[in-house]
Amino acid sequence: MSKGKLGYFNPQKPQEGRITDIGPCHYGQMLPPVIRRNYGKWKSHRILEPGLLVHVSETGEKAFSVRAAAARIMSVEHIREICDIADKHCNGYVRFTTRNNIEFIVDSEEKAKELKTELDSRKHIGGSFKFPSGGTGMGMTNIVHTQGWIHCHTPATDASGPVKATADVLFDEFKNMRLPAKLRIALACCLNMCGAVHCSDIALLGYHRKPPAIDHEVLGKVCEIPLVVAACPLYAIKPITTEDGKKSVSVNIEKCMYCGNCYTMCLALPLSDGPGDGVAILAGGKISNRISPPKFSKVIVPILPNNTPRWPEVTDIVKKMVEIWAKDANKYERLGDWAERIGWEKFFEKMGLPFTHHLVDDYRLAVDTYRTSTQFKFTEHAWAVSKAVGGI
Amino acid sequence: MSIPGQEKQWDKEEKEHRKYSDVRIFTDDQLNNYTEDELKNYKCKHDISQLEQLESGPWPSFVSDLKREAVHRHKVGQDNLMIPADIVDDLLGIVELSYKEGETHWKHGGIVGVLGYGGGIVGRYNDQQAKFPNIAHFHTIRVNQPGAKFYTSDWLRAFCDIAEYRGSGLTNLHGSTGDLVILGSFTEQLEPLFFDLTHDLGVDLGGSGGNLRTPSDCIGKARCEFACYDTMALCYDLTMTYQDELHRPAFPYKFKMKFDGCPNGCTASIARSDMSYIGTWKDDIRIDQDAVQEYAAGKIPANGGAFAGRDWGKFDIQKEVIDLCPTQCMQFDGKKITINNAECNRCMHCIDAMPEALMVGKDQGLSILFGAKAPILEGAQMSCMTIPFMYVNPPYDNIKGVVGKVFDWWIEEGKNRERIGETIQRVSLKVFCEVLGIPPMPQMVIAPRANPYVFFKEEEVPGGFTRDIEDYRSRHPR
Repeated sequence: MSKGKLGYFNPQKPQEGRITDIGPCHYGQMLPPVIRRNYGKWKSHRILEPGLLVHVSETGEKAFSVRAAAARIMSVEHIREICDIADKHCNGYVRFTTRNNIEFIVDSEEKAKELKTELDSRKHIGGSFKFPSGGTGMGMTNIVHTQGWIHCHTPATDASGPVKATADVLFDEFKNMRLPAKLRIALACCLNMCGAVHCSDIALLGYHRKPPAIDHEVLGKVCEIPLVVAACPLYAIKPITTEDGKKSVSVNIEKCMYCGNCYTMCLALPLSDGPGDGVAILAGGKISNRISPPKFSKVIVPILPNNTPRWPEVTDIVKKMVEIWAKDANKYERLGDWAERIGWEKFFEKMGLPFTHHLVDDYRLAVDTYRTSTQFKFTEHAWAVSKAVGGI
Repeated sequence: MSIPGQEKQWDKEEKEHRKYSDVRIFTDDQLNNYTEDELKNYKCKHDISQLEQLESGPWPSFVSDLKREAVHRHKVGQDNLMIPADIVDDLLGIVELSYKEGETHWKHGGIVGVLGYGGGIVGRYNDQQAKFPNIAHFHTIRVNQPGAKFYTSDWLRAFCDIAEYRGSGLTNLHGSTGDLVILGSFTEQLEPLFFDLTHDLGVDLGGSGGNLRTPSDCIGKARCEFACYDTMALCYDLTMTYQDELHRPAFPYKFKMKFDGCPNGCTASIARSDMSYIGTWKDDIRIDQDAVQEYAAGKIPANGGAFAGRDWGKFDIQKEVIDLCPTQCMQFDGKKITINNAECNRCMHCIDAMPEALMVGKDQGLSILFGAKAPILEGAQMSCMTIPFMYVNPPYDNIKGVVGKVFDWWIEEGKNRERIGETIQRVSLKVFCEVLGIPPMPQMVIAPRANPYVFFKEEEVPGGFTRDIEDYRSRHPR
C-alpha cells in the first residue's frame, strides 16, 4: 500500500486510476477449506462445550467452531493477535459473528480444544481476558452496542463502559449454558438505537431528559429552519424571530420528549446534559420466531443515573433480573415469554421494582397496551390503588 | 476482489494469490516493537483514572486494548504514521472527560467523503480541539464487510496496516449495520485511504446517509443446516447490483436489507431492516425417525447440547417439543413423530430442539417482510409479512423486480427522514400492495381490522360517488 501524505492519490488528477463501485471482497475467497467442501451440505450440529460447536456435513466431515468474546471496539494490535492465533491454529481463517464474537473454524476436535485453551490463556495486562471462549447455547452471548462517548455526537450514556460493567457481572452466564433460554443483551446510547436494542431480552438505552438548549446566535445561519420544524414528531418546534431580530425556533417544553431528532437535523439544538442524562432498562424482547413471534422490549426502569465508571445501579438490576428469570422460567422460555406467562405485574413484584407513571405508554397507539380484561393478579401495586380510593 | 476476474485475489487456496507481504505498510520490527514491561509502564498523558477502573474484571477490557494501541503508535513514531501518534492518548483523555461530566464531546458530523460518493464516511469533530488537538478530526470510514464476516489473516493484517497508518488504529469489528469500521481519520487522508482500499485490498466503502446501507447476512449455507437459501450469494449479488444506490444517496432516508437463512433470524432482519429476507420452506419438515428414538432414549442431547450447563432432567419429547408447538400440529406416540405440515407455521422450535432428527423442508425459498426500524421517529416497527414465498435462484430477477418497484415508489413517495415502514403506515399497506402489484392476504395481518372505517373505491360502489341532491329530494322532501 501507499505511503506518504497523499499516497497514490493525485489531487491534480483525481480520476486517474480511480476504482469505484467494486463492492465487498467476494466471500468465496475467505472461506476455510472445510466450509468450502461442505457448503450447503450441513446436516446437524452440537455444542460440545461452551464456546465449542461442531457441525456435521452429509459427507461425514465435521467443522469445529470455537467462539470467543470481543469488545467490538478493537485496536489493530488486537486484530493482529487474532490473526496470529488464526495463523497458528487454522491456516489463517477467522470470522466474526453478528453479535461481535470471534469464531475460528477447524476440522478436528483436537485442534479446536488446543485453540480454545490458547484463547482462554491470553490476558490483558490489566487482568481481563482477551478472548474468553463461550457465548453459545442457553447462555449470554456478546452484548452488542453502539459508540457512546468514544465517538458519537448524540449519546446519553457511554456504550463500551456500561457494556464492560454488565458483561463483568454476567460473565458466568457467558461461560456456562445454564439459563432457560438464550439471553440477548444490547445497549444503545440514544434513541436512534444503532443496534437491535428494541427487540432484546434485556436492553440498556441512553436517554436524555431535558429539551434541547437553543443556540439562537447561530441557529438561523447553520440550520434549515423548515427542516428542523418538520423533524419534530410531536410538533413541539416552531419558527420564531428573537427579540434582537434573529431567525430561530422555539421548543414547546410540554410536548418535547427529548428524542433528539431536531439535534440530528440542526447542531444548534444540543441535547446532552450531564445530570439529566441516564440509562433506561427495557426487557422482554426477542427476534426469533421460535415458539412465540418476535417481540419488542418493554421499558421496566425509566431512568438510572450515569454513575461512571461502572454503572452499579444498572448492573444490579440486570443481574437480579437474570437471576430471577433463570430460577423461575421454564425450559425454552425467553425472558419476555416468561414475563408474559406470569404477567408483567408479577414481574414487577418479583423484581421489587416501582411501577411509575413513566411506564404507562402515552405515545402513539398507547390504547393497544391497556389491559381490557379482569384477568389480573393481585400484587402490592394493586393494593396501593385500592387503598388510594378508600377501597380497603 | 470484486473487480471482474479478480474475485479470488486474496484466496489462499489459489496459486499466485495476494499476500499480506505484497501490500504491507509496516515491517515486522515495527509491528513487534514493544515489550510487556513497556505496556505495564505506560502512563497516559491525560488523567484516565476512571477508565482505568474498567481494566479489571474478566470481560475483555477496551481500555487495556486502547492502551496497547497507544504504546504501539508511540513506538512506531510520527514519521511512520499519517495520523497523530498520540491520537489514542487524546481519545482516552476525552472519554475520561465525558466520564467526569456525563456528556459527549463529539460534534455534529460534517460533510466529508470521497469524490463521487455521498456515503460511506461519517464526519466527526471534537469540541475540545485546543486541549486534545490530535482528535480534532475523528472521521469514521465504513468498509463493506465480506459475506458472513469471513476473513483471512492476510487480508485482515493489510486492513490493520491501513487503519493504523491512515486512521487511529482503532476499529469496530463490526459496526451495528455490519461494516468494518475504521475510526479516527482526518479529512486529508480519506482519498488516499480510499485509493488503497480499492486498489490493494479490493474492497469498497459501505453505506451511510440516505442510501442503501451495507447489506448483511447470516452464515447461511456456509455452516448452518437451517439455511433455506444461500444468504451469502444473494446478499453479495444484490450488494453488487445496487452499488450506485449504496454509494450515492438518493433515498428519503436509510434503507437496510438483511438476509436471514431461516426464521431464527440471526441477523435480526425482522427488527432492523426495511426489507427483510427470511428463509422458509413450503413442503414438509424432514424427519429421521431413528434419530427421534435416539433422542427419546436420551442418547442425543436436546437442542444440540445448548442446555448442558444445568440438570434439566431427561429430555421429554412430548413436554418439550410436542406441547410447546405453537400450532399443536405434532404428535409423538413414544416412537415416531408425525407432523401435520399444513398446520405448521415454521417457528423452528422442534427443529432447533432436535436438529439431528428434524430438518427444514427441501422445497426452499424466502419470505420478504418490509418496514422494520428503531424508535426514531414514529416509534419502533417490526417488518410486516408481505411476500410469503419466493424461490431464490440466480440471477434473482424475481427478487430484483420487487426491489426495483420498492425503490422507484419510495424515492418519490417518502418524506425526508421517513423510513419505508413509516411511509407504508402513512399511505397504508393497501397502497403498498398496489405498488408491488400483489393482492392482500390474511397472512399480512394478525387479525382483520376491528374498526369498520373502510375506504371504498368509487368503482366498487354502484353508481359511483357523484350525488344528485335533486334526485334524492324527489324521494325525500325537506
